[in-house]
Amino acid sequence: MSRYTIALAQINPALGDLERNLALHEKTAEEAIVRGASLVIFPELSLTGYFLKDIVSSVAFPLTSSILDRLRNLSRRIDLVIGLVEESPEHLFYNTALYLSMGEIRHVHRKVYLPTYGIFDEQRYLAEGGQIRTFRAKVGRSAILICEDMWHPSAVFVASLDGMKILISPSASPGRGGLEEGKSFANARAWETINRAYAQLFTCYVLYANRVGYEDGACFWGGSEVIAPSGEPVAKAEYLSEQILVAEIDPAEVRRARMLNPLVRDERLDVTLRELERVRREGAR
Amino acid sequence: MIGLSLNCEFVQQILTGFITNEVRKTGFSRVVVGLSGGVDSALSAYLGAEALGAENVLALLMPYRTSSPESREHAELVVKRLRIQSDVIEITPMVDAYFERFPESDQVRRGNKMARERMTILFDHSAKLKALVLGTSNKTELLLGYGTLYGDMASAINPLGDLYKTQIRHLARHMGIPEVIVGKAPSGDLWVGQTDEAELGFTYEEVDRVLYLMVDRRYDIPDLIAAGFDERFVRAVLAKVQASQYKRRLPLIAKISARTIDRDFRYPRDWGK
Repeated sequence: MSRYTIALAQINPALGDLERNLALHEKTAEEAIVRGASLVIFPELSLTGYFLKDIVSSVAFPLTSSILDRLRNLSRRIDLVIGLVEESPEHLFYNTALYLSMGEIRHVHRKVYLPTYGIFDEQRYLAEGGQIRTFRAKVGRSAILICEDMWHPSAVFVASLDGMKILISPSASPGRGGLEEGKSFANARAWETINRAYAQLFTCYVLYANRVGYEDGACFWGGSEVIAPSGEPVAKAEYLSEQILVAEIDPAEVRRARMLNPLVRDERLDVTLRELERVRREGAR
Repeated sequence: MIGLSLNCEFVQQILTGFITNEVRKTGFSRVVVGLSGGVDSALSAYLGAEALGAENVLALLMPYRTSSPESREHAELVVKRLRIQSDVIEITPMVDAYFERFPESDQVRRGNKMARERMTILFDHSAKLKALVLGTSNKTELLLGYGTLYGDMASAINPLGDLYKTQIRHLARHMGIPEVIVGKAPSGDLWVGQTDEAELGFTYEEVDRVLYLMVDRRYDIPDLIAAGFDERFVRAVLAKVQASQYKRRLPLIAKISARTIDRDFRYPRDWGK
């Protein structure tokens, strides 16, 4: 099994400016190519920025749009994970991540869990995705879960049972709290915990691409990271600054982790389903 | 333990990044800040100079005839330390001209007028110099409503608004602001001998602990009492926060149309920047 060089693009997208962000994607991907990467992962809503509010409909486009042409072309030279607001034929707006390779869209993930609490207001503006699927990427069988999706272990669990070896997580996480106590934001520390836990529990790579920059005073903290299936960090970007984090991942690590710790093999899908059915029947909570 | 300590290094990095990012986004490269001689405006100036360079920060000293000479000295000390441009604009003539017609006005009206006079000068310089007005209100003041609406509460961007007074002091010391400024009793300098804490009836240290638990940690009143705080004190703090809620919002708009500003016409402030 060969190793792969991948890049996490810790960029600062311009809010609501597709043209500027397209150019930023091209520049970043070119640098990732120069640095030997065969896959570059951009953060959540990388083409549009995050706190869009009523701008959502102005930056949305269907997946057939020619706006994607430049990135499709680019994907002949490097695989891309990008974030955008997708407009469906029914004119619903989704927080979507695409996997582009060899000039084609290979996978579409529509964010399933839309946070609407604290500073978040996604359900006001966006429609919920309804699928969690793995797909074949160059680096191995992968799933994309966008930001809040990662805070629902059931989503990761489903992806794991669906064959996931690489967990790709594009994120736009604004820093919140904890600076009276620790060295980083409280939610950054929580992210770092769950990334390590998922890598270890599902014996998969976690490729976490978070953005930086400020929108309406909120600060996206960066700190993108690659976690090996052992739970050990492979590479970690700085907090707060733009960076292209390049790292090598080795599919043999997934194999080794699963030999040491055959959690995937020992999963009891029948028990899980039966108990889930029972909980649903009896009423959850 | 509610120490309200602060990871100063990291917070300084966030706040200077905030200033650089939000100022440049608007197409500006400069800021203007009103220096009172107190720790809040000193910290804003320090952060502005760190973020944009000393040459891009203009400090305005705007004393009234009753302002303490010590305040002026402390403001000048900040200017000297940072090597920033500054100007002194006395507000006595305009404030006194107004109150000649209303000689019965109390200290509160006079203080508010002074704060608003300073605001108009800052925003005039904002237009003159293409410089954003850098805010100086901290989280404690904003929550208690201890500030003048459209006066010292007015600014274009405010790096301090999410830091309690106690944390402001930590960060100010970390950035090397002289102890004569950080350590003195906070005062709006609205009349001779005024101090914030005497006027409020409690110290910032005390109230910051309550506000932090109430706001940041979502403690209810029974939780705060269980944590050892005096019930009357806690209720007095909550009453101040509630009573000043209007100061933290846009003016109420009577809803008529299908899309009303800030209700169902919602765009980020950074729209199109």
